[in-house]
Amino acid sequence: MQVHNFEKLWFGASLLLIVGFIATIAYGSAGIGITMIDDSGGTINAQAVQSGETGTQFDDPGVVKENESHYTVYIVAQQFQFVPGSGDDPVRVPADATVTFQVTSADVMHGFSIVETNINTMVIPGQVSEVTARFDEPGTYGIVCHEYCGAGHHTMGGSVEVVPQSEFNDTEVSQ
Amino acid sequence: MVFVDEYPKTSKLIRSEFIVSFVALGIGALFGIIQALHRTGLFRGVVSSADYYTILTGHGVLLVLVFTTFFIAGLFTWGVASSLERELPQRLSWAAFWLMLTGTVLAAVSILGGVFGSPNVLGHDLSADVLFTFYAPMKAHPAFYVGAALLIVGSWIAGGAYFKSLWAWRADNPDERIPLKTFMVVTTMLMWYVSTIGVAVAVLVFLLPWSLGLIETVDPLLTRTLFWYFGHPVVYFWLMPAYLVWYTILPKLSGGRLFSDPLARAVFVLFLLLSTPVGFHHQYTDPGIPEGFKFIAMTNTMFLLLPSLLTAFTVVASMEHGARQRGAKGYLRWLRNLPWGKPAFAGCALAGLMFAAGGFSGMINAGMNINYLIHNTLWVPGHFHLTVGTAFALTAMAISYWLVPQLTGKPLRQKAMATVQPYVWFAGMALMSNAMHRAGLAGIPRRTAEPTYDEFAFQGVAGTVGEMRLQIAIGGTLLFVGAAMFLIVMADTWIAQRGGTLSVNGHLPDPLSGPEHSPRILDNYKLWTAIALVLIVIAYGPPLASMVGDAQGLFGPGSPPIPV
Repeated sequence: MQVHNFEKLWFGASLLLIVGFIATIAYGSAGIGITMIDDSGGTINAQAVQSGETGTQFDDPGVVKENESHYTVYIVAQQFQFVPGSGDDPVRVPADATVTFQVTSADVMHGFSIVETNINTMVIPGQVSEVTARFDEPGTYGIVCHEYCGAGHHTMGGSVEVVPQSEFNDTEVSQ
Repeated sequence: MVFVDEYPKTSKLIRSEFIVSFVALGIGALFGIIQALHRTGLFRGVVSSADYYTILTGHGVLLVLVFTTFFIAGLFTWGVASSLERELPQRLSWAAFWLMLTGTVLAAVSILGGVFGSPNVLGHDLSADVLFTFYAPMKAHPAFYVGAALLIVGSWIAGGAYFKSLWAWRADNPDERIPLKTFMVVTTMLMWYVSTIGVAVAVLVFLLPWSLGLIETVDPLLTRTLFWYFGHPVVYFWLMPAYLVWYTILPKLSGGRLFSDPLARAVFVLFLLLSTPVGFHHQYTDPGIPEGFKFIAMTNTMFLLLPSLLTAFTVVASMEHGARQRGAKGYLRWLRNLPWGKPAFAGCALAGLMFAAGGFSGMINAGMNINYLIHNTLWVPGHFHLTVGTAFALTAMAISYWLVPQLTGKPLRQKAMATVQPYVWFAGMALMSNAMHRAGLAGIPRRTAEPTYDEFAFQGVAGTVGEMRLQIAIGGTLLFVGAAMFLIVMADTWIAQRGGTLSVNGHLPDPLSGPEHSPRILDNYKLWTAIALVLIVIAYGPPLASMVGDAQGLFGPGSPPIPV
């Protein structure tokens, strides 16, 4: 096979680019610890989520304090709201703490992203999405359902209020 | 001799395929401008926000499934007939055409039922507001799934006609190399057969029986995974025909010849190998799929950049050769010697340029962890309007200016409009796509009628949200105008009387480096298909086994249908 010298050069540069991309992503994963959403959340019966009979914390979703520096937030996504999160029921968590979101769906597929962060997961009926994060800066963050979920999809948003640790009141969460 | 006189039967077939394709393009483009104005809030008088999703489903299905599939069927039919120098088997080809058309009509009727109050038809609400990804457990009318299945089965049969022609040609020419155009068509179809298995299983085994009530539940993660098994290769099913045009016709339109036949063959073989075992890169943010499987798909995806990077080289090199044949000098000054006033050339070249930009945003999509930033944001439609919406669509329109005269025997009419049209499309897409990408970085989601929320407001990134909306609306309007201009040129050419001499012909010059330089193993389809299947088993075997092998089995964790 006849390959022109320019072609060989281009081929080499292309391979270098590709290997470089893979290396940076591998480093991001292994070095910096940006892990992917995976199967760690386990599975769940979506119809039981709907009727509130899962026997898990999803029957009473909200913020649960695991210990002084770790909170878990259970959120049910359903047409067309996050419980908690939507309307005047924002998710309240302290800044500088480890926050694990556990999100599942009571009906169709939804999305769960927190705007301007890298918290972004699909919410698939039957699966529990598990994302762990830390909010450095207090403030209000938007939650968006980013997967089409029906005629009212565009109304499905929410918010996370990240409050300074000194102002965070543990009595509002399950212990 | 003009193609239509040489192969009158095949010409009629291609014309029929193109007409369906162009009608779909017209309706899809109309839906496009309705969306662009609606979601940016400039004009919401056409549909309600609830019906927006019907229009969005129609836009997606008509453009990426109907416009593309019918145009590709026509282009491939032309490619096979012209390079194997024979009429295509008529019965097989027409059977495929009618099956695909029936499927299209069924799917279109069930989608449009949504804007007419979803009347009850055969015991189900006639509606299919499920978008072109039809994720369970949202349920469409069963006719939608039947339509999707017929469209795909029809495309399989259309492929059968190409293979039959190849075997007949091989019997007459036992020692010759497969002509390049046919080689590309057949390689693409092999990729298509392998990859459409996923969506065929999703529809026929799960979604159709489930929508009819024959099975109670499906596993939404499993059907979604089967969709994306098909959902990325379908991207290459759109792109490879554009590559066929760029490799075989564009060099001639530039005034030169293809740089390298062997490299072109190698590129298509790479697509056959790597197009399918990458689907999990659409599911990077899915729960229920271990990280390792995502990493394998990411690695394959990155290597899939290789054939496209090689194509960029060959296409640009062929154009430069053409310009130098026309007397061009200088490192970059040769660009000025290209026929920018010829719409077929200008459209293909501009499509290639935009595809380069789309390729770079695709590299971001493919980056497993950076994908968190843009997944399901407006960045993603910003990306694929550059790829399928320009690399494919603009190439298809441009090459129609060259091909349709040869299929009808009628010179192109409305030449001034045709000359401007690719630039209108380019300008519209430049405005719309750059704003969509930036809006995605700001976290604004895709697939929504009104991207504003009660609980918070988006902050612009590199620009304000208002400015992005304006660019999307103006860009979307220009794209609609561009599509309308194309359709006017086509309609005017089509209805004209035959007469006058054509300024185009189908003769394609030999490549600088011809097939005699490419190793024969490149034409060994059995080998490449076998390797492709092995790669798929590696990428998909363990994840699918774990999804169906868990305690909940094939249909669980299960969801019953939820009509939308």
